[in-house]
Amino acid sequence: MEALYAVCVGVLTAAGVFLLLRGRTFPVVVGLTLLSYGVNLFLFSTGRLNDSAAAVLGSGSDHADPLPQALVLTAIVIGFAMTAFVVILAMRARGDLGNDHVDGRVPELVLESEERS
Amino acid sequence: MQHLILLPLILPLLGGLLMLLPPLTESRVRQRNFALVLSAATMLTSVLLVQQAQQGVIGVYAVGDWAAPFGIVMVADRLSTMLLLLTSVLAFCSLLYTFGPRDEEGSFFQPLLQFQILGINGAFLTGDLFNLFVFFEILLIASYGLLMFGGGKTRTRAGLHYVILNLAGSAIFLFALGILYGTLGTLNIADLAQKVQQLDPAETPLVRAGGLMLLIVFGLKAAMLPLQFWLPAAYAASTPAVAALFAIMTKVGIYAILRVFTVIFGDAAGPLSHIAGPWLWPLGLMTILIGAIGVLASQDLRRLVANLIIVSVGTLLAVIALQREDATAAALYYLLHSTLISGGLFLLADLIARQRGKVGDRLVPGRGVGQGRLLGSLFFIGAIAVIGMPPLAGFVGKVLMLSAASSVAEMSWLWPLVLGSSLVALITLSRAGSTLFWNPAGKPVEIMRANPVQLLATVLLLSMPLLLSVFAGPVTQMVAATAQQLHDVQGQIGSVLQPVTHLVEVK
Repeated sequence: MEALYAVCVGVLTAAGVFLLLRGRTFPVVVGLTLLSYGVNLFLFSTGRLNDSAAAVLGSGSDHADPLPQALVLTAIVIGFAMTAFVVILAMRARGDLGNDHVDGRVPELVLESEERS
Repeated sequence: MQHLILLPLILPLLGGLLMLLPPLTESRVRQRNFALVLSAATMLTSVLLVQQAQQGVIGVYAVGDWAAPFGIVMVADRLSTMLLLLTSVLAFCSLLYTFGPRDEEGSFFQPLLQFQILGINGAFLTGDLFNLFVFFEILLIASYGLLMFGGGKTRTRAGLHYVILNLAGSAIFLFALGILYGTLGTLNIADLAQKVQQLDPAETPLVRAGGLMLLIVFGLKAAMLPLQFWLPAAYAASTPAVAALFAIMTKVGIYAILRVFTVIFGDAAGPLSHIAGPWLWPLGLMTILIGAIGVLASQDLRRLVANLIIVSVGTLLAVIALQREDATAAALYYLLHSTLISGGLFLLADLIARQRGKVGDRLVPGRGVGQGRLLGSLFFIGAIAVIGMPPLAGFVGKVLMLSAASSVAEMSWLWPLVLGSSLVALITLSRAGSTLFWNPAGKPVEIMRANPVQLLATVLLLSMPLLLSVFAGPVTQMVAATAQQLHDVQGQIGSVLQPVTHLVEVK
């Protein structure tokens, strides 16, 4: 389970960073979302992976660390709010600037290669 | 009186929420007056808190009465109360500035301003790294709204960069917190400082990685070298009152660096002590350099002030990197001065721009300034203060920082860069001043008068360096005591993690 979990976090983060470095706002927003998924999974794992522990303090002797769960919950809420904001902002930028490039104008090199293809 | 610590958070939070309700949203006058009262109350609270902290006691407020390593604590020591007071003075002046004509550009400006203050105050007061993250997000989401206030192409473009960068920064912040929690099992700053001292050597590299990732995030907020390029565009694009308030935002990053890397990774942290120094020193020096180049290249006054902020951030970081008590004290004095003066200069730039008509604050010959004498003298005072010429506080701050560099290696890097950047600022500001005031291409169409309230706000902020240099003695004593308290890691651990006396055994 640990290896699978680690690979998941790694792939999500790598994909998120890759998309974050793109030039258009939509991939960037998706990249931010993937990155925040990776972060949330990673935070969750800091309480150690365990498949039989109770989530809340119960009568059992073995229970999961509740703090990472609280952290993840907060991080998810904040992450959603921020994603919603950046989506609206990207739409606003598309309207205000007339294109969806993060710099507000499409570089000439990109325009040329698009014309050629 | 113990609950006083929470008041700088509760006042802007509840006040901001109340301002969203119809009785206040309906009338702009009522909203403004309410905001002013609120801001004055916050300032009064910070004054009381500073008085309390000056007795040397670290005020700890356990939220919900859950004791430190398990619950959330707010810590009001000398450093955080000092910065609270700085924030409230700056916020009061920039709030006063919105009483002028520019406020009409949209609604909900005042509540956003209050939420921004909530975030900043929270970041200063929290004793817990995860709550630092939460308050960072609060101040960021308010700042996104404030930055974009009024709309327009340049603001949208600057805002998009700012928002995306900060979201990426938040992700790195969370990764760092995850690493620290996973290895040390706590996120309370004092508890982290204690746990780092007893760290298993096998886990040192992980903690080091987590700590340095925090440096990336705080460096982004503070506009440290490779992460500084968003600042001039964002600050030059926002409305003047917002830009003035944002002068404190880079200092939030510097505060976090100061807190994390002198308390958690401080003198007592064994192999991990001073891990930030080797990075902060060169990056801080290079930030001064890049800021100075930006100052020379600035085409308009507000971008010039924004680049001066980068120079001051670089200077602060380089001095903090020395990680000694006297260096920290000098940096704190300069921090007070540079925040207030750059806020004042942003406001002044707007006053000047409005009287020059179409040319605005671009540094080209244009129509003369209506109130040339008044604004010219203010510009002169502001310029002297920000360059660091005697007799104003910038000079005292720079002398203190230069004398904090003790070894030859430190001196040979810090002195030329700080003095060189002052020279660059001197040249650029005198060139800017003569273009603005002495070289008009035409007479002003009508004699425009600056709005008296806006003028008052600007004068208030610009007179602060004067006060700081008149009261240089007490203020330097205060910052010295602050630095001493900050470097006393054991003292902080002792007062935040008091032995839990009232835990009841539950069957």
